Amino acid sequence: MNYPADLKYSKSHEWVKMDGDVAVIGISDFAQDSLGDVVFINLPQEGDTVSAGEAFGDVESVKAVSDLVCPVSGTVCEVNEELLDAPEKLNSDPYGAWIIKVEGITGQEELLDAAEYEAVCAVAED
Amino acid sequence: MGSYVPSTREERQGMLEAIGLQEYSDLYRDVPRDMLLDHPLEIPSGMSELEVGRAMRAIAAKNHVFATVLRGAGAYDHYIPSIVKSIPAKEEFLTAYTPYQAEMSQGVLQSIFEYQTMICELTGMEVSNASVYDGATAAAEAAAMCRTNKRRVTLVSAAVHPDTIETIRTYCYGTGDELRIVPQKDGRTDTAALREMLTDCVASFYLQQPNFFGQLEDAEAIGQIVHENGAMYVMGCNPIALAIMKTPRDCGADVAVGEGQPLGIPLSYGGPYLGFMATTAKYMRKLPGRIVGETVDSRGERAYVLSLQAREQHIRREKASSNICSNEALCAMTAAVYMAAMGPRGMAEAARQSMAKAHYLASQLCKIPGVSLRYTGAYFHEFVTEMPRVQDVLLALEQADILGGLIVDGAILWCATEKVEKAALDKTATIVKEVLER
Amino acid sequence: MKLIFEKSVSGRGCTLLPPCDVDSVSLPDALRRDTPPALPEVSETELSRHYTELCHKVHGVNCGFYPLGSCTMKYNPRIDEEMATLPGFTNVHPLAPAHTVAGCQEVLDTAKNYLCEISGMADMTFQPAAGAHGEFTGVMLIKQYHKARGDEKRTKIIIPDSAHGTNPATASMCGFEVVNIASAPDGCVDLEALKAALGEDTAGLMLTNPNTVGIFDEHILDITRLVHEAGGLCYYDGANLNAIMGVVRPGDMGFDCIHMNLHKTFATPHGGGGPGAGAVGCKEFLAQYLPKSALMDGGDHIQVRSFAGNFLVVVRALTYLMTLGWEGIPEAAQNAVLNANYLMRRIKGTFTPAFDRICMHEFVLDLSEFKKHTGVSALDVAKSLIDYGMHPPTMYFPMIVHEALMLEPTETESRETLDWAAEVFCKLYTLAHEDPDFMHNAPHNAQIGRPDEVRAARTPVLRWERA
Repeated sequence: MNYPADLKYSKSHEWVKMDGDVAVIGISDFAQDSLGDVVFINLPQEGDTVSAGEAFGDVESVKAVSDLVCPVSGTVCEVNEELLDAPEKLNSDPYGAWIIKVEGITGQEELLDAAEYEAVCAVAED
Repeated sequence: MGSYVPSTREERQGMLEAIGLQEYSDLYRDVPRDMLLDHPLEIPSGMSELEVGRAMRAIAAKNHVFATVLRGAGAYDHYIPSIVKSIPAKEEFLTAYTPYQAEMSQGVLQSIFEYQTMICELTGMEVSNASVYDGATAAAEAAAMCRTNKRRVTLVSAAVHPDTIETIRTYCYGTGDELRIVPQKDGRTDTAALREMLTDCVASFYLQQPNFFGQLEDAEAIGQIVHENGAMYVMGCNPIALAIMKTPRDCGADVAVGEGQPLGIPLSYGGPYLGFMATTAKYMRKLPGRIVGETVDSRGERAYVLSLQAREQHIRREKASSNICSNEALCAMTAAVYMAAMGPRGMAEAARQSMAKAHYLASQLCKIPGVSLRYTGAYFHEFVTEMPRVQDVLLALEQADILGGLIVDGAILWCATEKVEKAALDKTATIVKEVLER
Repeated sequence: MKLIFEKSVSGRGCTLLPPCDVDSVSLPDALRRDTPPALPEVSETELSRHYTELCHKVHGVNCGFYPLGSCTMKYNPRIDEEMATLPGFTNVHPLAPAHTVAGCQEVLDTAKNYLCEISGMADMTFQPAAGAHGEFTGVMLIKQYHKARGDEKRTKIIIPDSAHGTNPATASMCGFEVVNIASAPDGCVDLEALKAALGEDTAGLMLTNPNTVGIFDEHILDITRLVHEAGGLCYYDGANLNAIMGVVRPGDMGFDCIHMNLHKTFATPHGGGGPGAGAVGCKEFLAQYLPKSALMDGGDHIQVRSFAGNFLVVVRALTYLMTLGWEGIPEAAQNAVLNANYLMRRIKGTFTPAFDRICMHEFVLDLSEFKKHTGVSALDVAKSLIDYGMHPPTMYFPMIVHEALMLEPTETESRETLDWAAEVFCKLYTLAHEDPDFMHNAPHNAQIGRPDEVRAARTPVLRWERA
């Protein structure tokens, strides 16, 4: 299981990277492993408002749906539409396959560093 | 008393003992004592098969089966080929469960995949679901599919079947969304009114083709108006007519729905019927209900499976757009057998003959003084005539074993299908003439 | 096996209609179809053989044991089918004059009387075409009731987390917010959680009893009383009625409205996924809110589908009700419960019931420890059963039990079948310890191997296309 040190993580298994003032968001290796094969992703649209702690979309596997919870509040400025045709990238490259980019950040959830997040995942596995 | 419990008294006693109990009441010890029924149900005693058959036949005998049916209005008396009755009656098809276990149900899954393909062919669409309850609920589900965060209002033409309008209205009431009726003019949708009503908050417009009065609407032009205003276009179509009529896709529809009963399903006093729903690839994931997809199995062989299940209630629960679980699977199979038995030429023939016979009846009726068509537009196999003394006319027809048209706003909505012989149409006109001459 | 389109040959067909005996008429040009639909062109021989081939790949109740929990796959009597094909029932128009269809009205009225008596309700509609459709109708009765009282505050429906997915989906379709309450460790409603969830915003509760783990909740009267005291109404999901019909009545448990699945409890056939019928019953005070047909009945009512509902399904159910009568209804329920307990006891030596107590008509096996030990999952066991000609039980439901398999044998199975089923489970238990890999790759002798569902969902192919 991979926990890149340069990223921040939410307890709901999303990762965040700041690119200047823009937050880039995806799901962690732990998340994709728990989900199993991702078959589809429901994405928001550019211009949509997102709120920290609330769902901004969801991922589907064959037998389940999981909400994507936004770690920050702001406005969606970019959406990775590639994922609509190739959702499997979330499984094969969770840290490269970003999902949305958010600008105008007005707030955020409590975010963990890699070590703290790894500890959270260890507990979750029991 | 009739029973389908195989076990004998001895066997039952043996089984009770095997689980350490003495009597049936021991099985219900979790039930509060005063909730247990302490008297027999107040319903009649059970019957042997012979007696039940007698009783049910006696009830059926109280219904009159008309020799000639000239009434449509959402339920159509088409010819049902014999093979269309016998295939769905095979015990395996009849009694199988939903095909969740693909390895045991390729027969059901493939037959649905074939049905989905046929519905796509009829409607010109790219994706069909495996059925919903009927044409009215299909229209309501389509209206729900079209809603977005910003566009919630559903527009429906006043020329739509009243039961469909009320069903859409009920579903709208459920989700708290607004339904607005676009008025009709001379038996068809008032396009000027439609234009005015297509505001920014409108999600979709629903058109029935042919409409409730049998009239053929200017579906393509209406589609353009709807899209110009950013709304989605839903068309509810007669599937027999689609054999010869421009497809909803070619008219610009985003979703095509309709009542599939004409496809080999008997009148059945209204049910079970068949709601079909088809759409473009773009809206595929918004379709409710089951959908069968093609894939391969672990040996690389072609296989069929229920797919895109993440749309459905058993996975999405309160976030599902529809709660539909059981559908009309056997009716969908019946429709597929009908479409395969009739083939493209047979279906076109059924459509053409229905249309021809309706026009023949209309012309014969309109020769009678006092009888005229209420609406002047082109029609498929239903039409409305004005005439005096409609009750007397229908009663006289009934006495001649003919179910005449339906009274709608003081006029009569007639229907003819390929099943009606010319002699019966002539007889109908003769009787109407006699009544009006009295 | 080929698709019917792959057997199609241009020019083939059946001769079904005579030539037209009146002059032909054309559609206006603008409305004419460009190309005919590419429907199959086959002879009757080929059509017959095609569906026979398909039929051999279908497992009906007539083929073997079908212990699907929550589905009540009991035997579908042939006489019910025969009655549903009588021309007096099939060839009548829903809009025919009432005096020409007195038999249809009698079917609906008689079925209503039987089912109201069985359920403890005062009135009933047969308009809903399925259980979920019935749920929608029932919750709409509750919605109308509160609206008529001018009570706009009641925006929530309480649903236990063990409920079938249709329950919360229904509540959403009716514009309610779903309040999920966690079940107690014994699978029943947690009274404290219920009390905490109840309030002035409670429109109602949706519940099934026996519950989805096959246990009769002995606190049911407290539950319905608490909901009523908070001003809400109680909706009964009748999917599990087969355990208690003729023994206990939902109306006596305090429920205000209910749906029953005619295609479960009342033996009408499943048809590969439908048609069913969701009869909805209610107490007198809700009767005015029942749906009707605009064309058939007029008036100002909700409507959930066209005309009167799945009439021929009601014909089958009525035939069944008349066959069983007051003696046969409780007999069916009691033996459904006996068969389930007997089977559970026979399997208990190997697999573990989730709740080790008297069950109702179904029971749940918990395979989580088994999976930890052997690596073999509930799915693997289910797929392995297919090799024995047994339809797998319900998998992974309800969600409150992990690695769940839910079995409902029904009353129409013989002791030999139950003994055989228990033996098969026993064999699989042993096999899982000896050769888990074999089970990971099951089924081995079925129509197909395990299908690639990921591929099906990622690249949907939902219709045949000519190459």
